[in-house]
Amino acid sequence: MKFGVVVFPGSNCDKDCFYVIKDVLKQPVKYIWHQDTELKRLDCVILPGGFSYGDYLRTGAIARFSPVMKSVAAFAAKGGTVIGICNGFQILLEAGLLPGVMLRNAGLHFICRHIYIKAQNTRTRFTNLYREGQVLNIPIAHNEGNYYIDSDGLKELKDNDQVAFRYCSAAGVVDGSANPNGALDNIAGIINKKGNVLGMMPHPERSSETDLGLRDGYFIFESIVKWLEVKR
Amino acid sequence: MLRAEISITLKRTVADPQGLTIRHALESLGYKGLADVRAGKLVVLKLNSQNKKKAQQEVEQMCKKLLANPIIEEYRFKITEE
Repeated sequence: MKFGVVVFPGSNCDKDCFYVIKDVLKQPVKYIWHQDTELKRLDCVILPGGFSYGDYLRTGAIARFSPVMKSVAAFAAKGGTVIGICNGFQILLEAGLLPGVMLRNAGLHFICRHIYIKAQNTRTRFTNLYREGQVLNIPIAHNEGNYYIDSDGLKELKDNDQVAFRYCSAAGVVDGSANPNGALDNIAGIINKKGNVLGMMPHPERSSETDLGLRDGYFIFESIVKWLEVKR
Repeated sequence: MLRAEISITLKRTVADPQGLTIRHALESLGYKGLADVRAGKLVVLKLNSQNKKKAQQEVEQMCKKLLANPIIEEYRFKITEE
Protein backbone atom coordinates (compact mmCIF):
# COMPACT_ATOMS: atom_id res chain seq x y z
CA MET A 1 0.00 0.00 0.00
CA LYS A 2 1.16 3.43 -0.78
CA PHE A 3 1.16 6.56 1.33
CA GLY A 4 1.40 10.16 0.15
CA VAL A 5 2.48 13.10 2.31
CA VAL A 6 1.22 16.47 1.08
CA VAL A 7 3.68 19.34 1.25
CA PHE A 8 2.25 22.86 1.53
CA PRO A 9 4.45 25.93 1.71
CA GLY A 10 5.03 26.11 5.45
CA SER A 11 4.50 22.42 6.25
CA ASN A 12 7.15 21.34 8.75
CA CYS A 13 6.15 17.83 9.83
CA ASP A 14 6.16 16.41 6.31
CA LYS A 15 9.63 14.89 6.69
CA ASP A 16 8.78 13.32 10.06
CA CYS A 17 5.68 11.68 8.55
CA PHE A 18 7.63 10.54 5.50
CA TYR A 19 10.37 9.07 7.71
CA VAL A 20 7.95 7.18 9.96
CA ILE A 21 6.09 5.65 7.00
CA LYS A 22 9.25 4.72 5.11
CA ASP A 23 11.69 3.70 7.84
CA VAL A 24 9.55 2.68 10.79
CA LEU A 25 6.35 1.39 9.16
CA LYS A 26 8.38 0.25 6.11
CA GLN A 27 5.75 1.14 3.53
CA PRO A 28 6.17 2.96 0.23
CA VAL A 29 5.60 6.69 0.48
CA LYS A 30 5.97 9.76 -1.69
CA TYR A 31 5.68 13.49 -1.27
CA ILE A 32 2.84 15.32 -3.01
CA TRP A 33 3.47 18.99 -3.74
CA HIS A 34 0.48 21.20 -3.02
CA GLN A 35 0.18 22.04 -6.70
CA ASP A 36 0.04 18.40 -7.77
CA THR A 37 -3.38 16.94 -8.32
CA GLU A 38 -2.42 13.35 -9.04
CA LEU A 39 -3.34 11.01 -6.18
CA LYS A 40 -3.86 7.86 -8.20
CA ARG A 41 -2.50 4.59 -6.84
CA LEU A 42 -2.35 6.00 -3.31
CA ASP A 43 -4.06 4.25 -0.41
CA CYS A 44 -3.57 6.89 2.24
CA VAL A 45 -2.98 10.64 2.09
CA ILE A 46 -1.39 12.43 5.06
CA LEU A 47 -1.81 16.18 5.58
CA PRO A 48 1.09 16.97 7.92
CA GLY A 49 1.52 19.60 10.60
CA GLY A 50 3.16 22.97 10.16
CA PHE A 51 2.15 26.51 9.36
CA SER A 52 0.81 26.30 5.82
CA TYR A 53 0.79 29.75 4.23
CA GLY A 54 2.07 31.19 7.49
CA ASP A 55 -1.31 30.49 9.13
CA TYR A 56 -2.41 33.77 7.54
CA LEU A 57 -6.09 34.72 7.83
CA ARG A 58 -6.97 31.53 9.75
CA THR A 59 -5.08 28.25 10.15
CA GLY A 60 -5.67 26.14 7.06
CA ALA A 61 -7.89 28.75 5.40
CA ILE A 62 -5.60 29.33 2.44
CA ALA A 63 -4.17 25.81 2.16
CA ARG A 64 -7.66 24.43 1.63
CA PHE A 65 -7.75 26.19 -1.75
CA SER A 66 -4.47 24.62 -2.91
CA PRO A 67 -4.92 22.60 -6.11
CA VAL A 68 -4.14 19.37 -4.27
CA MET A 69 -7.09 19.81 -1.93
CA LYS A 70 -9.64 19.31 -4.71
CA SER A 71 -8.03 15.95 -5.37
CA VAL A 72 -7.93 15.14 -1.65
CA ALA A 73 -11.67 15.89 -1.41
CA ALA A 74 -12.37 13.63 -4.42
CA PHE A 75 -10.09 10.94 -2.96
CA ALA A 76 -11.96 11.11 0.36
CA ALA A 77 -15.35 11.07 -1.38
CA LYS A 78 -14.36 7.78 -3.02
CA GLY A 79 -13.50 6.31 0.38
CA GLY A 80 -9.74 6.94 0.31
CA THR A 81 -7.98 7.10 3.67
CA VAL A 82 -7.03 10.64 4.75
CA ILE A 83 -5.33 11.67 7.96
CA GLY A 84 -4.74 15.29 8.95
CA ILE A 85 -2.36 15.95 11.81
CA CYS A 86 -2.32 19.32 13.62
CA ASN A 87 -2.27 21.87 10.78
CA GLY A 88 -3.51 19.04 8.57
CA PHE A 89 -6.55 18.71 10.87
CA GLN A 90 -7.10 22.48 10.66
CA ILE A 91 -7.01 22.28 6.85
CA LEU A 92 -9.56 19.42 6.83
CA LEU A 93 -11.89 21.54 8.98
CA GLU A 94 -11.56 24.59 6.72
CA ALA A 95 -12.11 22.36 3.69
CA GLY A 96 -15.29 20.98 5.24
CA LEU A 97 -14.01 17.39 5.08
CA LEU A 98 -14.49 17.30 8.85
CA PRO A 99 -17.05 19.31 10.85
CA GLY A 100 -16.23 22.13 13.26
CA VAL A 101 -13.53 24.72 13.57
CA MET A 102 -10.39 25.55 15.57
CA LEU A 103 -10.20 28.54 17.88
CA ARG A 104 -7.11 29.90 19.50
CA ASN A 105 -6.01 27.97 22.59
CA ALA A 106 -8.01 29.13 25.60
CA GLY A 107 -4.83 30.24 27.40
CA LEU A 108 -3.54 32.11 24.32
CA HIS A 109 -0.25 30.21 24.54
CA PHE A 110 1.39 28.03 21.94
CA ILE A 111 1.53 24.67 23.73
CA CYS A 112 4.34 22.22 22.99
CA ARG A 113 4.42 19.28 25.36
CA HIS A 114 3.41 15.67 25.91
CA ILE A 115 -0.18 15.14 26.94
CA TYR A 116 -2.50 12.16 27.34
CA ILE A 117 -5.36 11.20 25.09
CA LYS A 118 -7.89 8.42 25.34
CA ALA A 119 -8.81 6.23 22.41
CA GLN A 120 -12.60 6.60 22.30
CA ASN A 121 -13.54 4.72 19.19
CA THR A 122 -11.27 1.80 18.32
CA ARG A 123 -13.46 0.40 15.58
CA THR A 124 -11.97 2.66 12.94
CA ARG A 125 -9.33 2.07 10.32
CA PHE A 126 -7.06 4.44 12.26
CA THR A 127 -7.42 3.03 15.75
CA ASN A 128 -8.08 -0.71 15.45
CA LEU A 129 -4.82 -1.66 17.22
CA TYR A 130 -5.75 0.25 20.38
CA ARG A 131 -7.93 -0.98 23.21
CA GLU A 132 -11.15 0.92 23.85
CA GLY A 133 -10.28 3.55 26.45
CA GLN A 134 -6.52 3.08 26.08
CA VAL A 135 -4.51 6.09 27.26
CA LEU A 136 -1.81 7.31 24.90
CA ASN A 137 1.06 9.63 25.79
CA ILE A 138 1.67 11.80 22.76
CA PRO A 139 2.95 15.32 22.04
CA ILE A 140 0.95 18.36 20.96
CA ALA A 141 2.41 21.54 19.46
CA HIS A 142 -0.14 24.15 18.45
CA ASN A 143 -1.64 27.57 19.01
CA GLU A 144 -5.10 26.82 17.57
CA GLY A 145 -6.29 23.51 18.96
CA ASN A 146 -9.37 24.71 20.78
CA TYR A 147 -11.91 22.63 18.89
CA TYR A 148 -15.37 24.15 18.57
CA ILE A 149 -18.63 23.03 17.04
CA ASP A 150 -22.24 24.09 17.70
CA SER A 151 -24.39 21.96 20.00
CA ASP A 152 -26.20 20.21 17.13
CA GLY A 153 -22.85 19.36 15.57
CA LEU A 154 -21.50 18.01 18.85
CA LYS A 155 -24.56 15.84 19.30
CA GLU A 156 -24.10 14.46 15.80
CA LEU A 157 -20.42 13.68 16.49
CA LYS A 158 -21.37 11.80 19.63
CA ASP A 159 -24.36 10.01 18.11
CA ASN A 160 -22.23 8.75 15.24
CA ASP A 161 -19.27 7.82 17.47
CA GLN A 162 -17.04 10.24 15.54
CA VAL A 163 -14.86 11.32 18.46
CA ALA A 164 -11.68 9.29 18.06
CA PHE A 165 -9.59 10.83 20.85
CA ARG A 166 -10.20 12.96 23.95
CA TYR A 167 -7.66 14.73 26.16
CA CYS A 168 -7.39 12.99 29.52
CA SER A 169 -5.19 12.60 32.58
CA ALA A 170 -2.46 9.94 32.87
CA ALA A 171 -5.04 7.81 34.64
CA GLY A 172 -7.49 8.30 31.79
CA VAL A 173 -9.85 10.78 33.44
CA VAL A 174 -11.45 13.09 30.87
CA ASP A 175 -12.10 16.42 32.58
CA GLY A 176 -11.30 20.13 32.40
CA SER A 177 -7.97 19.83 34.22
CA ALA A 178 -6.71 17.43 31.53
CA ASN A 179 -7.76 19.76 28.72
CA PRO A 180 -4.69 21.65 27.45
CA ASN A 181 -6.36 24.08 25.06
CA GLY A 182 -10.03 24.48 25.94
CA ALA A 183 -11.26 22.10 23.21
CA LEU A 184 -14.98 21.44 23.45
CA ASP A 185 -15.71 18.18 25.25
CA ASN A 186 -11.91 17.55 25.43
CA ILE A 187 -11.94 16.61 21.74
CA ALA A 188 -8.45 15.87 20.39
CA GLY A 189 -9.39 13.99 17.22
CA ILE A 190 -12.46 13.19 15.15
CA ILE A 191 -13.39 11.11 12.13
CA ASN A 192 -15.94 11.87 9.44
CA LYS A 193 -19.24 10.04 9.24
CA LYS A 194 -17.93 7.52 6.72
CA GLY A 195 -14.93 6.85 8.93
CA ASN A 196 -12.27 7.31 6.25
CA VAL A 197 -11.01 10.77 7.28
CA LEU A 198 -9.28 11.41 10.62
CA GLY A 199 -8.16 14.75 12.00
CA MET A 200 -6.16 14.99 15.21
CA MET A 201 -4.17 17.70 16.97
CA PRO A 202 -1.58 15.43 18.67
CA HIS A 203 1.41 14.28 16.61
CA PRO A 204 1.56 10.48 16.19
CA GLU A 205 4.59 10.83 13.91
CA ARG A 206 6.52 12.34 16.83
CA SER A 207 5.78 9.35 19.03
CA SER A 208 6.47 6.44 16.75
CA GLU A 209 9.81 5.14 18.03
CA THR A 210 10.99 4.07 21.47
CA ASP A 211 14.38 5.59 20.64
CA LEU A 212 12.63 8.96 20.67
CA GLY A 213 10.83 8.25 23.92
CA LEU A 214 7.47 6.79 23.04
CA ARG A 215 5.67 4.97 20.30
CA ASP A 216 2.06 5.33 21.39
CA GLY A 217 1.25 7.16 18.17
CA TYR A 218 2.81 4.60 15.85
CA PHE A 219 -0.18 2.27 16.01
CA ILE A 220 -2.34 4.76 14.15
CA PHE A 221 -0.18 4.19 11.08
CA GLU A 222 0.00 0.45 11.68
CA SER A 223 -3.79 0.33 12.15
CA ILE A 224 -4.20 1.83 8.68
CA VAL A 225 -1.90 -0.79 7.16
CA LYS A 226 -3.68 -3.61 8.96
CA TRP A 227 -7.08 -2.29 7.88
CA LEU A 228 -6.00 -2.02 4.26
CA GLU A 229 -4.51 -5.51 4.32
CA VAL A 230 -7.66 -7.04 5.76
CA LYS A 231 -9.75 -5.16 3.21
CA ARG A 232 -7.77 -6.68 0.36
CA MET B 1 -11.12 52.64 -8.04
CA LEU B 2 -13.12 51.36 -5.09
CA ARG B 3 -11.92 50.60 -1.63
CA ALA B 4 -13.47 47.89 0.52
CA GLU B 5 -12.84 47.75 4.24
CA ILE B 6 -13.83 44.42 5.73
CA SER B 7 -13.84 43.82 9.45
CA ILE B 8 -14.04 40.28 10.73
CA THR B 9 -14.80 39.46 14.35
CA LEU B 10 -15.71 36.41 16.36
CA LYS B 11 -19.43 35.94 16.83
CA ARG B 12 -20.89 37.14 20.12
CA THR B 13 -21.56 33.53 21.07
CA VAL B 14 -17.89 32.58 20.67
CA ALA B 15 -15.47 33.36 23.51
CA ASP B 16 -12.72 35.81 22.54
CA PRO B 17 -9.73 35.22 24.84
CA GLN B 18 -7.69 37.82 22.96
CA GLY B 19 -10.31 40.50 23.57
CA LEU B 20 -10.49 39.48 27.21
CA THR B 21 -6.71 39.77 27.60
CA ILE B 22 -6.73 43.22 25.98
CA ARG B 23 -9.51 44.22 28.37
CA HIS B 24 -7.46 43.11 31.37
CA ALA B 25 -4.44 45.03 30.07
CA LEU B 26 -6.51 48.18 29.55
CA GLU B 27 -8.01 47.84 33.01
CA SER B 28 -4.57 47.46 34.53
CA LEU B 29 -3.71 50.78 32.85
CA GLY B 30 -6.56 52.38 34.72
CA TYR B 31 -9.33 52.31 32.09
CA LYS B 32 -12.12 51.03 34.26
CA GLY B 33 -15.16 51.88 32.14
CA LEU B 34 -14.99 48.93 29.75
CA ALA B 35 -18.15 46.92 29.26
CA ASP B 36 -16.58 44.57 26.70
CA VAL B 37 -13.57 44.27 24.37
CA ARG B 38 -13.59 42.23 21.18
CA ALA B 39 -10.59 41.90 18.84
CA GLY B 40 -10.80 41.13 15.15
CA LYS B 41 -9.19 41.54 11.74
CA LEU B 42 -9.30 44.31 9.18
CA VAL B 43 -8.84 43.53 5.49
CA VAL B 44 -8.57 46.41 3.03
CA LEU B 45 -9.09 45.73 -0.66
CA LYS B 46 -8.71 48.04 -3.61
CA LEU B 47 -10.86 47.09 -6.56
CA ASN B 48 -10.29 48.03 -10.19
CA SER B 49 -13.91 48.86 -10.65
CA GLN B 50 -16.40 51.70 -10.55
CA ASN B 51 -19.42 49.49 -10.19
CA LYS B 52 -20.30 49.67 -6.52
CA LYS B 53 -23.21 47.27 -6.74
CA LYS B 54 -21.14 44.59 -8.42
CA ALA B 55 -18.29 45.15 -5.96
CA GLN B 56 -20.76 44.71 -3.11
CA GLN B 57 -21.73 41.28 -4.40
CA GLU B 58 -18.15 40.28 -5.08
CA VAL B 59 -16.88 41.27 -1.64
CA GLU B 60 -19.81 39.43 -0.07
CA GLN B 61 -18.72 36.29 -1.92
CA MET B 62 -15.09 36.78 -0.90
CA CYS B 63 -16.14 36.97 2.73
CA LYS B 64 -18.23 33.83 2.48
CA LYS B 65 -15.66 31.82 0.56
CA LEU B 66 -12.44 32.77 2.25
CA LEU B 67 -12.21 35.83 4.46
CA ALA B 68 -14.50 34.73 7.29
CA ASN B 69 -15.40 31.34 8.70
CA PRO B 70 -19.18 31.44 9.15
CA ILE B 71 -19.09 28.91 11.99
CA ILE B 72 -17.34 31.31 14.36
CA GLU B 73 -16.97 34.67 12.64
CA GLU B 74 -19.12 37.50 11.35
CA TYR B 75 -18.09 40.22 8.94
CA ARG B 76 -19.07 43.73 8.00
CA PHE B 77 -17.75 45.83 5.16
CA LYS B 78 -18.11 49.20 3.58
CA ILE B 79 -17.18 50.17 0.05
CA THR B 80 -16.05 53.70 -0.74
CA GLU B 81 -14.74 55.58 -3.79
CA GLU B 82 -10.97 55.80 -3.63
